[in-house]
Amino acid sequence: MEITDIKQWYISNFELFEESLNGSRETPFHEVRRSAISKFSELGFPTPRHEEWKYTNVAPMLEHKFKLPTEVAKVPKEVLRDFTFDTLKENLVVFVNGLFSEELSNIALNSDDIIVSSLRNAMVNHADLVYKHLGRYVSFEDESFTALNTAFTNDGTFIFVTDNKVIEDPIHLIYISDGDTELVSHLRNLFIVGKNSQVKIIESFHSLSDTTYFNNLVTEVFVDECAIIDHIKLQEESINAFHISNSQVQQERQSVYRTVNIDLGGGLVRNNLNVLLNDEHCESHLFGFFLGQGTQHIDNHTFIDHAKPHCFSNELYKGILDDKARGVFNGKIIVRPDAQKTNALQSNKTLLLTDDASINAKPQLEIFADDVKCTHGATIGQLDDEAMFYLRARGIGEEMAGAMLRHAFISDVLENIKIEEVRERMDAHIIERFTKALKS
Amino acid sequence: MSTEQETIEQFTKSEYKWGFTTDIEEEFAPKGLTEDTVRLISGKKNEPEWLLEWRLKAFRHWQTMTEPKWPNVKYPAIDYQDAYYYAAPKKKKELKSLDEVDPAIRETFDKLGISLNEQKRLSGVAVDAIIDSVSVATTFKDELSKHGIIFGSFSEAVQNHPDLVKKYLGSVVPYTDNFYATLNSAVFSDGSFCYIPKGVRCPMELSTYFRINAANTGQFERTLIIAEEGAYVSYLEGCTAPMRDENQLHAAVVELIAHKDAQIKYSTVQNWYPGDENGKGGIYNFVTKRGICSGDNAKISWTQVETGSAITWKYPSVILKGDNSIGEFYSVAVTNNYQQADTGTKMIHLGKNTRSTIISKGISAGHGQNSYRGLVKVAKNADNARNFSQCDSLLIGDKCGAHTFPYLEVHNKSAKIEHEATTTKVGEDQIFYCNQRGIDTENAVSLIVNGYCKEVFKELPMEFAVEAQKLLAISLEGSVG
Repeated sequence: MEITDIKQWYISNFELFEESLNGSRETPFHEVRRSAISKFSELGFPTPRHEEWKYTNVAPMLEHKFKLPTEVAKVPKEVLRDFTFDTLKENLVVFVNGLFSEELSNIALNSDDIIVSSLRNAMVNHADLVYKHLGRYVSFEDESFTALNTAFTNDGTFIFVTDNKVIEDPIHLIYISDGDTELVSHLRNLFIVGKNSQVKIIESFHSLSDTTYFNNLVTEVFVDECAIIDHIKLQEESINAFHISNSQVQQERQSVYRTVNIDLGGGLVRNNLNVLLNDEHCESHLFGFFLGQGTQHIDNHTFIDHAKPHCFSNELYKGILDDKARGVFNGKIIVRPDAQKTNALQSNKTLLLTDDASINAKPQLEIFADDVKCTHGATIGQLDDEAMFYLRARGIGEEMAGAMLRHAFISDVLENIKIEEVRERMDAHIIERFTKALKS
Repeated sequence: MSTEQETIEQFTKSEYKWGFTTDIEEEFAPKGLTEDTVRLISGKKNEPEWLLEWRLKAFRHWQTMTEPKWPNVKYPAIDYQDAYYYAAPKKKKELKSLDEVDPAIRETFDKLGISLNEQKRLSGVAVDAIIDSVSVATTFKDELSKHGIIFGSFSEAVQNHPDLVKKYLGSVVPYTDNFYATLNSAVFSDGSFCYIPKGVRCPMELSTYFRINAANTGQFERTLIIAEEGAYVSYLEGCTAPMRDENQLHAAVVELIAHKDAQIKYSTVQNWYPGDENGKGGIYNFVTKRGICSGDNAKISWTQVETGSAITWKYPSVILKGDNSIGEFYSVAVTNNYQQADTGTKMIHLGKNTRSTIISKGISAGHGQNSYRGLVKVAKNADNARNFSQCDSLLIGDKCGAHTFPYLEVHNKSAKIEHEATTTKVGEDQIFYCNQRGIDTENAVSLIVNGYCKEVFKELPMEFAVEAQKLLAISLEGSVG
């Protein structure tokens, strides 16, 4: 299939999508949708000739004509059991194939101060609030997937916390993909956290079968003064899924944004995580772990923009690549001319387990201020022979010893998941994946 | 604070000390670049047919290429038709001894502190002096030829050793390689050629002093160094250029070939005119340097001290093809005023048990922009490859920038790759410590910066290390942390 054909496919789908919109068509945001689709038609899909897409070729994705889902698929409630956490049964927002499922969700929080809702509903019920923020933080000027998402923006999660509220219970967003048709979902999330407020958000992506589908996600996060967000993203998509995620975080004075991103699934995964430190004394902590097996391709791009002085950022990404998996890490840090007293740390470590696995790492610093402390480090290697020998000398089998060492390798990422049950679950999942790899 | 600003001002105003032109009659090819220019250059040099063909192939390929835009540097567009592509001192004749060298040229070298006579007698360094692209004098040739070493200008090598030139020219940097290498392949005027036969350890450091002399002349040097099995050579390249208002383009190509067990050490001190304090003028230094360790246990080591040029854009690279081969890259790059540097290295690991080390020290001051861009690639069959990279940046003043763009591409599980980068400024406490001990701020900065660069300087041959330290001190005169 020609690339221009597939581009045309998405553009012609937009016309169908427009017709299905009804009321939402009359809002000013619809103009944004229109300009986004024309931007997309101008940009087209990225090729490896784009510097940002040098190591990730989206060509396999362009072989499919993904369709927009028409109605919320029926999924029995029991399947949720595998994806939910016992301690977090409240505040559950569930999407099936990119559409909000009222039936499966359970939203306890809802008042004028705290809104947890599907974006589709929020666009009707809290229109002023939504349109005040939607599309304000993320730019689609040079990112065609964001443009595509913006054009098709219709559903996703909207979380709003007003000033001075601390929400103890985490909000859990579950995205389930199912069905045998090749579907695309352009999920759009918008998280707005007011001054001095705190919230914990967990997002998890699952699939019920090995189907091929395309999740094109855009998340906008606004962290107002002195607010704190803990944001955990667990991605366990189907092995045939395409997962493209663009997140834009904007932090105001003294705010804190902590995130842990875990990628275990997906055939072709690309995460763009951009953080703008828009005022002084902000703190960002970015942690990530990716496990690639089979022919998975997992690409993590992070971009921390130190626009103002006295900010701190800390980044640690670790990866394990097995079989024929390919990994990409691109960590960009820019320190703008006036961002003095910036402290930025970045570290990226990758284990390669086979000769067919590969990693392309590019830690990138661009510094325009002199009174700064910036470091980055990247290592690529294999399990330490001496550590292996130590364990084996104590009677631990080779397979077990390897699993133990790998587990130890990722522990300094996992320990940043502060919700115990989530951490333990992820730990168990990853160990299971290690041992599964050993058996095959 | 005010003293800080004063010293920064002082520092940014320190002028290029070696700006002067020598008045020698020059012979120019007409301005502009056409096939005729290429033919003219080739004809002037009395080149064989195959070389002219090679040049023309390169020229035709160059016409299909566009200037690359990816480097992190900014400059006005270059009009390639508005430059001279050939300039040679006119009174060229066979020189029997040094006395026949034009006195004006001799004077130039004296001003630079490179007296050919002195060096011939005292330092034991053979100098292949290049003024505007044509080799004028070559020393120690007799001594070298006793060992079977061929060392001289590229044009001579084309006349005397066409087989060697034909075999190796373009074997590391093909004429299709990149925009500037292709341009060079079409119009290269002269350069150095060095051939070390099997098992010979070159008894002295080989050195060439490049010098851009005529205004508006692009310099297109071509250097080719071949070390046969078990050979060793240390080659030094040093550059100073006179003050000019118009930007001058320098697009050289250097190719190194190290066969089995051979070792090549290539050192550069580059101090071309960086432009004035407002960023006017200065040299554009767009160079392609690449070496190949084609045999087992070969070693190539690049050391560079880059203090000059308005724009420096070069990536001395090593292709580690032979098993157990070693590549090294040591670099100090200083950008001051409006200088820009985008430099680094590429280490391509192809053979087994290959090792590479990258130490890069960038110093930015004034409005200088300094980028490290490097690639470490481990191919699928390159078992047990090992790389260590360290790129440190030092910032002086708040208008400058330091950037790192390391690329790590690893396709083999046994590879061990480490990359580290830090960015800091000269610490106030360090300066205070020196001040306390009676060292003024200017000297303290020089001391600290020299210490910071020591890891690289110690890789330079003795004479160069001294020169490099002096250069650094001049470049950073009056600087402050």
